[in-house]
Amino acid sequence: MATLNPNIPSGPLDHKWEHHKFSSKLINPANKRKYKVIVVGAGLAGASASATLAELGYEVHNFVFHDSPRRAHSVAAQGGINAAKNYQNDGDSVHRLFYDTIKGGDFRARESNVHRLAEVSVDIIDQCAAQGVPFAREYGGLLDNRSFGGAQVSRTFYARGQTGQQLLLGAYSALNKMIGNGGVRSYTHSEMLDLVVVDGHAKGIIVRDLQTGAVTRHNADAVVLATGGYGNVYNLSTYARGSNVTASWRAHKRGACFANPCYTQIHPTCIPVSGDYQSKLTLMSESLRNDGRIWVPKRKEDCKKPPAEIAEADRDYYLERMYGAFGNLAPRDIASRAAKYMCDEGRGIGETGLGVYLDFSAAIQRLGEDKIRERYGNLFAMYHEITDESAYKTPMRIYPAVHYTMGGLWVDYNLMSNVPGLFVLGEANFSDHGANRLGASALMQGLADGYFVLPATIATYLAGVKPDKRPATDTPAFKQAEENVQGLTKGFLASKGKRTPGSFHKQLGKIMWDHCGMARTKAGLEQGIQLLGALREEYRAGVNVLGAATEWNQSLEQAGRIGDFIELGELMCRDALMREESCGGHFREEYQYTKEDKEVQDGLVNPGDVKRRDDEFAFVAAWEFAGEGKAPVLNKEPLVYEEVKMSTRSYK
Amino acid sequence: MKVKLKVWRQKNRDASGEFKTYQSPELNPSMSFLEMLDVMNEQLAAGGEEPIAFDHDCREGICGTCSLVIDGKPHGPHKGVATCQTYMRSFKEGDEIVVEPFRAHPFPLVKDLVVDRKAFDRIQHAGGFISVRTGAAPDANSIPVPKEAADLAMDAAQCIGCGACVAACKNASAMLFVSAKVSHLGLLPQGQPERYRRVKAMVDQMDAEGFGNCTVTGSCEAVCPKEISLDFIARMNRDYLVALLKGDAKKPSGGGAG
Repeated sequence: MATLNPNIPSGPLDHKWEHHKFSSKLINPANKRKYKVIVVGAGLAGASASATLAELGYEVHNFVFHDSPRRAHSVAAQGGINAAKNYQNDGDSVHRLFYDTIKGGDFRARESNVHRLAEVSVDIIDQCAAQGVPFAREYGGLLDNRSFGGAQVSRTFYARGQTGQQLLLGAYSALNKMIGNGGVRSYTHSEMLDLVVVDGHAKGIIVRDLQTGAVTRHNADAVVLATGGYGNVYNLSTYARGSNVTASWRAHKRGACFANPCYTQIHPTCIPVSGDYQSKLTLMSESLRNDGRIWVPKRKEDCKKPPAEIAEADRDYYLERMYGAFGNLAPRDIASRAAKYMCDEGRGIGETGLGVYLDFSAAIQRLGEDKIRERYGNLFAMYHEITDESAYKTPMRIYPAVHYTMGGLWVDYNLMSNVPGLFVLGEANFSDHGANRLGASALMQGLADGYFVLPATIATYLAGVKPDKRPATDTPAFKQAEENVQGLTKGFLASKGKRTPGSFHKQLGKIMWDHCGMARTKAGLEQGIQLLGALREEYRAGVNVLGAATEWNQSLEQAGRIGDFIELGELMCRDALMREESCGGHFREEYQYTKEDKEVQDGLVNPGDVKRRDDEFAFVAAWEFAGEGKAPVLNKEPLVYEEVKMSTRSYK
Repeated sequence: MKVKLKVWRQKNRDASGEFKTYQSPELNPSMSFLEMLDVMNEQLAAGGEEPIAFDHDCREGICGTCSLVIDGKPHGPHKGVATCQTYMRSFKEGDEIVVEPFRAHPFPLVKDLVVDRKAFDRIQHAGGFISVRTGAAPDANSIPVPKEAADLAMDAAQCIGCGACVAACKNASAMLFVSAKVSHLGLLPQGQPERYRRVKAMVDQMDAEGFGNCTVTGSCEAVCPKEISLDFIARMNRDYLVALLKGDAKKPSGGGAG
């Protein structure tokens, strides 16, 4: 069994972080440069961490598989970033952001981490504004805010519909400064394919240069993974096509526990699927729900009519009806499930019947088309490109799609995994969002981890490591890890199968969506595990990879990533099967509120809402790799709430 | 619908390349251009031919990874959209579509349609930032930014760094890209202390990378997926001129430990 000590500092919740920073060891400036830190990934978390660690004086080596450290999928986040600035004087505070996030995560996140996130949120906005992030401003020159789901205050900062892009360019500019002055060495088109563990500590990585195919060994005193989420396990998602789980998964196979893999976020407002050739689903930002109203026809017979022909009285604004206090700004998991229920009832719209309307006519009438264009012009344009329809004239058609993964590698309060020296940041870790993430909180977490948390906590590990003593790359652990990578590559190229990696990805995605998607059951998950076991065997024998190892070879890259996704899919199903409760994005049909429940009769929740079982499942499930073909081992970190009382999550 | 594809194939930088023509399988007009290439590649792989290498990632027009010159135009037929947001409904049944990589000396070819755009990164290492150490920032509202300045800076900051401007320019000039970066930071109060040092350093690096000069044909603006305005080039030229007139900052006279 793995040892999982969350290392939560003692003392009252709102003093833990200050106290921890003070009581942690420091490394003197002259010694910092003797420590080499590898950072994999340059999204918000990876770029901000690389830049900040280098500013502190560490020797930083940054690796990305992209051609440039400015392309990671953080770039696509549209709506905004939360911070408890209370610039709107509407009652916001660190404590309120903390509480909203804990409640939004359905009481499955670690309290101390979330409180720290809310505390540093205010510093992030200061940092980004100073870097030149062009946040939206009011005429007086002060920062503007908008509202996001799961909150009743306006605490979201934004840069038109391109907030992620602008924050990423800010972090990238900080990184550029440090690359330019030699503080960071940047490796692009470089994919991490294995973690090197020496005497139980993470001491390096194995990397394939995607242009030349050369496989190289890199040593370090600590390794930081900021490699993003794993939603592409579903094939169709709002992720970039290149997003993958390979770095995390290979670290998992070297001993890092994978926590809560079944917690996935299905975003309510995406453009519906149009055909089986589709490679990607496009998100329409949650910010649209500030002004858009979601509805379906009250009667099934009306579903095929053009929306303009359906009278106001015949429309069901179901979120406003079911969740009056939050209305169209209900959290994502709830809004997604509600859309599914409407479609299950046969009231879905569009050709496939898998869609609901997001309607701006009331807002356009109230504010005028120009104001709506100013707020969301780029999103309306994107919608038009994809669907050939104008959302100024007719409501958008939307449907839920896979968007984010709350699960990830297990980390303690210092963001260190159970493998000493291996740190995990951003979406790649599991720590802050529990079973559901609130909108505009992913950007906040990525930057919190990279700018403020890791730079303070990495010293707690490095202070115990002698400087200039990292193992050389010709030691057995490095040799073995490189052989492992070369072996995998050879295996793929030698396989005499008939099918492309992409065709397996489609098959995997369908199994995952059908068996481990928006609604899960015991029988469905058990069947999913069987199907995935068979798929894994078929993949080994049946995948066909053309080209060679020593050149640019996208099929080979894909083959490795999809093989890892198939294995991860099985772990997700096992986790979902084990978790015999519903919480946040994890919905087990067996555990839902019905009319007989007191909470429904008291008006706290609706029938069909998720039902947690705190007595048995208030823990983090951290899965440990036990060897090829062996069942993974479950470790439990109990969730102890000192400040908040776990309660029924009500948005009515 | 079906189309013919005339695609540039080249094994690597040192090999010679050629156009090859392929007949597409049955396509759906709602497919994106890149999904069409996915389908094409499945067909090629089934026949034992290596898939066409092309760059792509987010497929929603924001990461700047995708490229391609389609029928002579970087990012294809439509104004203000990237290749990944181009849909097959923009083409007609039976069309022959010519697909080439971005061609420019500072963007060496990697394979088929993939080129290396690291020159853009190096320009930014030279000065594409405001020097602010993490944790040293004042409260975000302590420096008001006029809305007009913030909006104009955002217009420039939208650049996705794809390189279409270079591919479209007969001089392979990167002026639109560099001017967008220079203007974004130069328009904000936070960017003032390094304003002239920045423009000088970035333009010098741009020249060192081998990008050509601007002769104001405006082809860059015409193909830019984010419709970055040519006005920013004028703004950059003005700042660069001022930087030249000001000359390099005087070196501090000694100093050291006290």
